Formats: sequence, structure tokens, C-alpha cells
Amino acid sequence: MQKNWWKILAVVLLLYTVIAGFMMDVPRKPILHETIRNQYFHVCMWFAMLALMSVSLFYSLRYLRNNSTRDDVYAAESANVAILFGTLGLITGSVWAKFTWTEWPVWSINGWWVNDVKLNGAAICMLIYFAYMILRNSIEEEQTRARVSAVYNIFAYVLMIVFLLVVPRLTASMHPGNGGNPAFSKYDLDNRMRMVFYPAVVGWILLGVWILQLRIRIRIIQLTKSGTLYS
Amino acid sequence: MKKFLLTLLFLLPALLFAQQPEVEMADTMRSNGKIYVVLAVVLVIFAGLIIYLISIDRKVGRIEKEVEKK
Repeated sequence: MQKNWWKILAVVLLLYTVIAGFMMDVPRKPILHETIRNQYFHVCMWFAMLALMSVSLFYSLRYLRNNSTRDDVYAAESANVAILFGTLGLITGSVWAKFTWTEWPVWSINGWWVNDVKLNGAAICMLIYFAYMILRNSIEEEQTRARVSAVYNIFAYVLMIVFLLVVPRLTASMHPGNGGNPAFSKYDLDNRMRMVFYPAVVGWILLGVWILQLRIRIRIIQLTKSGTLYS
Repeated sequence: MKKFLLTLLFLLPALLFAQQPEVEMADTMRSNGKIYVVLAVVLVIFAGLIIYLISIDRKVGRIEKEVEKK
């Protein structure tokens, strides 16, 4: 139990996120209305993804230094969980954008994808990581697979930063914080929202780490049983 | 006096448009309490997912012990 305190923390923080996220007062803004509460859920998906991709990068770099199978497993599984969060971020963002940035009615097939630079960047970024998984699965020999995918992972991480955090700031984007729009400033995130948003980010990241830990443990068991866990 | 009037003139738009239009929020949802139903549903789903995650966690722990014994 003492080793698992952070799992309890994750559950407590997420319970608080859901309850306070629905109940607490939020700024009254036209267009957004109550959907501003999506900040506690949709935005946190991307924060969790970025955190897990950073974990993945860390273990890829470590793998290249010491060639440990364990580090390769850590890197691959964190990228896996990060892709899960990224996919959830894309889908939730698509729903949110349809009902705020477009005026298409619910039943219309239009408006599910807004041609916004950040959306396209996020989609490209997901494709880059799908390619990482395909690359991994296409190499039979374990050492080669681990090394090639670790190198590719560094490349993928840099591209992700460029597509998600750099390019959207250079052109016009409807996302706050891009194209001259402020984000996390007093204009769009007041102190009431901060009280929920920051615990929410930590909670979602911890939940991601929990799922990651389970995936790693299962993979390590598989490798131990097949006798291919060298170090 | 002239300066004061001039200042007032420049402030006029700010004074006129200070009244923000009322933004529509889910006030009726809250006033008749129905938002709690949504919250309850989300909490049930969340509780279900967490219990499921805990059960997987324990299962993996059991298998880890079995593998260690061999």
C-alpha cells in the first residue's frame, strides 16, 4: 500500500476534478458557455500525452546509453499510453470544436474537423507515433528493433514539439495561446479555474502513469517467461 | 473643467459599453438540480473504471508473484 500512494492520489485528484469541474463557478463567456469546463478534461489529455511522451523520450535516450531491454520496454509502453491519451484528446477536441467553433447542427456530417493548424498538427503528430509503433513491429531482431525505434523516438518527439507547440504559435489558430491568443493568462483562465485545472492535470498524468505501470509489468512478465529479458 | 469634460468624453464609450450582455449558462440545470444526475452518472463510470483498473493491478501482482516463485 505504501508504494501505491500515488494511485490513491490520482483517484482523489480525479474525483475532485469531476465534482469541482461540474459544480464550481466558471467564467461566463459567449460561444463557450458551459463548455469551458472541457478545459479540465480535454486539455488534460494533451498534458498527460506530453508528459508520457517525455517519459518515453527519457527511456529511449537511456536505452541508447546502456542497451537495457527494460528501458526499451519503458519507452515503447509510455509511447503506447501517450497515444491513447492523444487519441482521446483528438476525439474530445473534435466534439468540442464542432459545437463552439462551427455552427453546423448535431446531425450534420460537417464540422467534425475544423481546419485549424493545431488540429492538423495534432493529427500529424499522432501519425508520427503510429509510424513509431509500425516501425517497432516490423523489426524482428530485438536489439535492432530497440535501437532503431529509440532513435526514431527522438526524431518523433522533436517533431511533436514543433507541430504542437511551435507551428501553431506562428500562424493563426483558434486555440488559446496560439496565433497571438493568450492562454493560461487572466483572460481565459481565472483563479477559480486554476483551482480545478492544475489538480486535474496532475490527476490525469498520474492515471496515465498507473496504466503505464500496468502495461510495463505485463510486458516484463511476458519477457521473463519467454526468457528474453536480459537486463 | 475643460480637461474634465474631455476626459469624460473619452470615457463615454467605456461607460456605455460597460454593461456586458448576459451570457447563457446552465443556470436552469443547476436551479432544478438536474446537473447532479449528470455528475452521478459520470462518477459511476469513473468508479467503475477505477475499480476495473485496481482489479487488473492486483491480477498482475498475483502473476508477478507466480513468475518469481518459478
